[in-house]
Amino acid sequence: MADNAKQTSAADFTPIAGADRAKLDDEKIATPSLTFLQDSWRRLRKNKAAMIALIILIILFILAFGSGFFETHNPNATNPNLANLPPKIPGIDINGFNGTIEQSGSRINAYAQANAGNHFYILGTDYLGRDLFSRILYGTRISLEIALIASFFDLAFGVVYGITSGWIGGRVDTLMQRIIEIMLSIPNLVVMVLLILVLKPGMTAIILSIAITSWINMARLVRAQTLELKNQEFVLAARTLGESSWKIAFKHLLPNLSSVIIINLMFTIPTAIFFEAFLSYIGIGISAPQASLGTLINDGQKNFQFLPYQMWYPAIVLSVLMIAFNILGDGLRDALDPKSRE
Amino acid sequence: MAKYLGKRIFYIILTLFIVSTITFFLMKLMPGTPLTNQAKLTPTQIHQIYKQYGLDKPVWQQYLVYLGGIIHGNFGTSFQFSNQPVSYLITSRLGPSLIIGGQGMVLGVLAGLIVGAVGAIRANTWVDTSATIISILFISIPSFVLAVLLQYYLGLKLRLFPIADWGGFMYTVLPTLALAASPLAETARFMRTEMVDVLSSDYIELAKAKGLNKVGIIYHHALRNSLIPVVTIIGPLAVNIMTGSMVVENIFSIPGIGEQFVKSILTNDYPTIMGLTIVYSAMLCVVLLITDIVYGLIDPRIRINK
Repeated sequence: MADNAKQTSAADFTPIAGADRAKLDDEKIATPSLTFLQDSWRRLRKNKAAMIALIILIILFILAFGSGFFETHNPNATNPNLANLPPKIPGIDINGFNGTIEQSGSRINAYAQANAGNHFYILGTDYLGRDLFSRILYGTRISLEIALIASFFDLAFGVVYGITSGWIGGRVDTLMQRIIEIMLSIPNLVVMVLLILVLKPGMTAIILSIAITSWINMARLVRAQTLELKNQEFVLAARTLGESSWKIAFKHLLPNLSSVIIINLMFTIPTAIFFEAFLSYIGIGISAPQASLGTLINDGQKNFQFLPYQMWYPAIVLSVLMIAFNILGDGLRDALDPKSRE
Repeated sequence: MAKYLGKRIFYIILTLFIVSTITFFLMKLMPGTPLTNQAKLTPTQIHQIYKQYGLDKPVWQQYLVYLGGIIHGNFGTSFQFSNQPVSYLITSRLGPSLIIGGQGMVLGVLAGLIVGAVGAIRANTWVDTSATIISILFISIPSFVLAVLLQYYLGLKLRLFPIADWGGFMYTVLPTLALAASPLAETARFMRTEMVDVLSSDYIELAKAKGLNKVGIIYHHALRNSLIPVVTIIGPLAVNIMTGSMVVENIFSIPGIGEQFVKSILTNDYPTIMGLTIVYSAMLCVVLLITDIVYGLIDPRIRINK
C-alpha cells in the first residue's frame, strides 16, 4: 500500500469538470445561515395563532392611528337629536345592524323615529349622539399610545436599571434591589392612583404613573439574566482582550439579553393597556370629552340592559387588543426562546 | 430562621414607613381642599374646621402627629364621613373584601392548577389547546367587563344569583367568579410550563422505567414537584385580586375596602386614602412574607437562612 501511494503523481489528480462538477454541488448540505432574528421570525411564522394576532394588531394600529381618515364622524361632536341610535350599516338587513331596536316587545326603526334622514352610524351612537365607531377608534389610539409609551419606559429605564444593578454588583446592587423590593410591596394601582390624584386626571398623569410602575419587572428579569451571563466565558474573553466594562455590558450583554427583553416587553404592553382602561373606567383616567376604551365601557354599562351594543363594542375591542398582545407575546416567547417549549 | 424572620419584619416596617411618608407628602401636594363649599364659608369658619382636623399646624408637625397615630393604629378622621375614624371605616369593611378576595384566590388557584396540569399531561393535544385558550381569554378580558357580563347574564337574565348587595354566601358567588378569572389564568399558564418541565425530567423517566403506573407517577412525582414553584406567584396574584376587587366591589356594591378606596378617591377623602394605601401595602407585605416562608418549608432545597 505504501508503495502505491508513493507512485501517484500530480498528473493523477485531474480537476473534476463538466457534468461531474454539477453533481458535486448536489451533495452540498448547506443552506444559507440564518441570524438569530431570522431564525426566530421563521419559527414565529409557523405559529398560526401568533401570526393572526400580529395581523389583527397591525390592522388595529392602522385603523387607530389613521383614525382621521377612517372616522366616519367627529368623535367628540354631540348631537342630542340622534342619541342612543343602534348600529346601522346600509344594505345589511340583520337585526343588530339595520338600525332597529327592540322596544316593549316589538322591533322599531330607531332611525326613522329620530328623523335621522340619511345619517347612519355603523356602530350606533351614545347617550349624547356621538358616533361610537369614531370614539372606539379614538379610544383604541389612546390604548396603543399608552402601550408604546409603557414599552419605551420599560426599555429605557428597566433595561438600564437591570443591567447596571447586575453588572456592577456589590453594594450598588444591594441598594438597587432594596429600592425595587420596596416598590414591589406597594400595589401598582395604589401608586398610580396617588400620582393621578396629585397630578390631575389626564393623559400626562397616566403616562407618568405607568412610567413609574411598569419598569420594575423588566429590571428584575434583566438583572437576573445579567448575573447569569456575567460569569460566562465570552465576557471573560472580552475582559482579557481589554474591552472597557461598559462596552462589554452594552455590546456583548445586551444582544444576549434581547430575547428576555422582547418577551417581557410583550407582557408589559397588555398590563399597561389594562391599567389605562381600568383607571378610566373608575373615573380617574382619561376625562371627558376625550374617549378611552375604559370610559366607553363605563358609559355603555349604564345602558347595558337596553342598549347592549354600547358596552359590547368597546369591550370587544379592548379584549381583542389584550388577547392579540398576549397571544403574540406567547408566540414570541416560543420563537425567541425555543428551549421554553419542548 | 428567627434571624431571617426578624430581618424580613424589619424590612416590612421600613417599607410601611416609607409608604406612609410618601403618601403623606403626596396628599399634602394634592390640589383642591376637602371643603366642598369653601366660597360660602367665612375665614373664621374655615380656620375652625382646619383646626378641628389639625390642618392649621405646620406640615412637619402634622407629619409627626400622623406617624404617631399610625403606630397606635389611628389613621385620623375621615373627611367624607365626619367624625368617623378611618381605622373604624377600614376594619368594618375589611371582612367582605377578605371573604371575596380569599374565595376568589382559592377558587382561581385550584381551578388554575387543574387546568394547567391537565394541559401539561395532554400536552399538544386539543385538551392542551383549549386549556391555553381558556387562560388567554381569562387573562385578557378585564375584570370589570367580566363582572358586568356575569352580573347581567347570571344575575339578571337567569336570576341564579343576586345581582348586587351583601349578605350571605349567595351574594359572594358572582364577585368571587369575577375575581377568580385572572388568578385562574395565571396559575394555569405557570402550572403548565412547570409540569411540562417536570414531566420531561430524569426522575420521571426513571419512574416510568420502573414500571409505575401513570396515575401514580403524575400524582406522587410530577404534581408535587410542579406545585412548589407555583407558590412564588401567589404574591403577584394577591395584587391582581386587590386591583380587581376595587371595581368588582363597586359593580356588585359590596361594602368592602376596594369600594371605599374608589369612593375616597372620588371625594378627596385624604385620611381614608392614606389609611387604605398603608393597609394595602401591609397586606401585600404579609402575603409576600408568608409565601417566602412557605416556599422555604415545602422545598428543602431552598435554604432560608443564608
